[in-house]
Amino acid sequence: MAISIRNVTKKFGDFTAVDDLNLEIKSGEFFSMLGPSGSGKTTVLRMIAGFDLPTNGEIYLYEENVTTKAPFDRDVNTVFQDYALFPHLNVIENVEYGLKVRKISKTERRIRAMAALKKVHLSEFSERKPAQLSGGQRQRVALARAIVVEPKILLLDEPLGALDLKLREKMQIELKELQRELGITFIFVTHDQDEALTLSDRIAIFNNGKIEQIGTPRELYEKPATEFVARFVGTANVFEGAAAKELFGTTAKVMIRPEQIQLSNKGIEAKVLETIYLGSTLRFLLDLNGHQLIAEVSASDDQAQTYRRGATVKVNMSKTDLVELS
Amino acid sequence: MTKNSAVAGEDFPSTPARRISSYLYQNAKVRLRLLIAAPVFWLGLVYIAALLMLLITAFWTVDEFTGNTKVVWNFENVLSLFTDPLYRNVTFRTIGIALAVTVVDVLLALPIAFFMSKVAGPKLRNVLAISVLLPLWASYLVKAYAWRSVLSNTGVLEWLLKPLGLETPGYSLFGAAITLGYMWLPYVILPIYGGLEKVPNNLLEASSDLGAKTFATIRKVIFPIILPSIIAGSIFAFSLTLGDYITINIVGGPNQMLGNLIYTNVGTANNLPMAAALALIPIGIMFAYLGAVKRTGALNNL
Repeated sequence: MAISIRNVTKKFGDFTAVDDLNLEIKSGEFFSMLGPSGSGKTTVLRMIAGFDLPTNGEIYLYEENVTTKAPFDRDVNTVFQDYALFPHLNVIENVEYGLKVRKISKTERRIRAMAALKKVHLSEFSERKPAQLSGGQRQRVALARAIVVEPKILLLDEPLGALDLKLREKMQIELKELQRELGITFIFVTHDQDEALTLSDRIAIFNNGKIEQIGTPRELYEKPATEFVARFVGTANVFEGAAAKELFGTTAKVMIRPEQIQLSNKGIEAKVLETIYLGSTLRFLLDLNGHQLIAEVSASDDQAQTYRRGATVKVNMSKTDLVELS
Repeated sequence: MTKNSAVAGEDFPSTPARRISSYLYQNAKVRLRLLIAAPVFWLGLVYIAALLMLLITAFWTVDEFTGNTKVVWNFENVLSLFTDPLYRNVTFRTIGIALAVTVVDVLLALPIAFFMSKVAGPKLRNVLAISVLLPLWASYLVKAYAWRSVLSNTGVLEWLLKPLGLETPGYSLFGAAITLGYMWLPYVILPIYGGLEKVPNNLLEASSDLGAKTFATIRKVIFPIILPSIIAGSIFAFSLTLGDYITINIVGGPNQMLGNLIYTNVGTANNLPMAAALALIPIGIMFAYLGAVKRTGALNNL
């Protein structure tokens, strides 16, 4: 195990940011911690890095207890949310920083820093100051600075949060490639579910200082364990109580994804409340006997295109697509 | 009733104030000149001209009979600054005290400012900020006489140090340096505190994350970033000590600093040209100090 978090609790005054948390992360994994702000994911990352110490519990990095060790004594490096580049140093000096404090010779650290800059496609900017770079370029410097010291684990705290959408998608692909190339463990904190699904081998869903579920992107999407996970990863139609009984004849809380709802000539009648065009798909907000339902079909579906607001359509849901939630 | 009266301006009477305002709105240059007229007048005439007059006076002569200053060119005053051993000794003594006060103040201010900025919570930080500012609201003379009492042979310092086998420095150069260091400490703490406030905490975390221990972080990250603030503080402590003549009179015993020589020449000796000549020394020292600071590049990021 690259990281093993055992019964860790972190309190800030009366506020419990992380509540008796257990988590194991395998070596070489691209692992994401996903959750809304204030769910404790960043606090867990900061405790792995050593910036915050747990109130209770223990943290192991490669079977070594590092719970109370200082950040400079841990073999992990962090890419900060707002980059935290040293403003008085230029790009190459920023990247060399970790090597310099390790007392590595000037020629070697120049070679290694240039190699790291090359990995993030920033070789020609080595003499610039951080203030002269764009957000995306600063992000790359922060990455190069963290990987140049060859950590076993790289922590990334919402590193793409400040970038615009196009650049973010580009950086996501580069991050994934970089992780494959380096073969080290990446731990990625984000509140963006698409980003987590795109990048991760496994994802932990955080809520109120606890982990709701850990799984591969596919497991989380297809087999969410709780309503929170179902709603946080993708869009979900959740039914319980009378509604579940009426529609599916079950007493359990159940969930069905919008794309698993078929609109066809047979099935239960529903009224179209709203249609939304999303490019590749059409989304319908339906009223089914007083229960609201979201359905999504391919935008190239000729018949679906004809359904307008106020029209009556027939809805077909297969019981095998239902997921039981706890 | 379709016209838009607010746009047409017909509801607004054309008063002289409105006409002046419109004129200024349309003429940016006139507006700017009016804005800076008062400060330029103040700086140019009252400040710089007065200072230049004083310096020119250094080359005038005192009439030995009447004691009035005459416009007779005379370089003896300025030359005597370099030849008279009294002036040389006092100059070196003053520079020595100013440097000592500056170094001690910077060394005291750094940990206080760091604590205020990076350790203390918001409440404690406000209390500390007010504690630092509070002495500035008290009279200079009150503080100097307070130290005279502290330093005296029967004072608090003697009472504190006696059990340790030490004694108060009393009214001496050392006593004056302590008092001056106390006087200027807030002026050194405040810029350094301001500089530290501009260092984000995550830079310190990033440094530690990359393997730097506490001292390395201070040396490689904090110090270079706040160097301009330290220098700004040092300029206060250094220049204020250079020009001081009251503290040294009250707690310095028989010792003199440059300020005393200037003051004596203005007052008792009634030799304004000599006073002006002596005033050239601290001005020259400050120019040299600022020049040296500029060469380090520390002022580039101000």
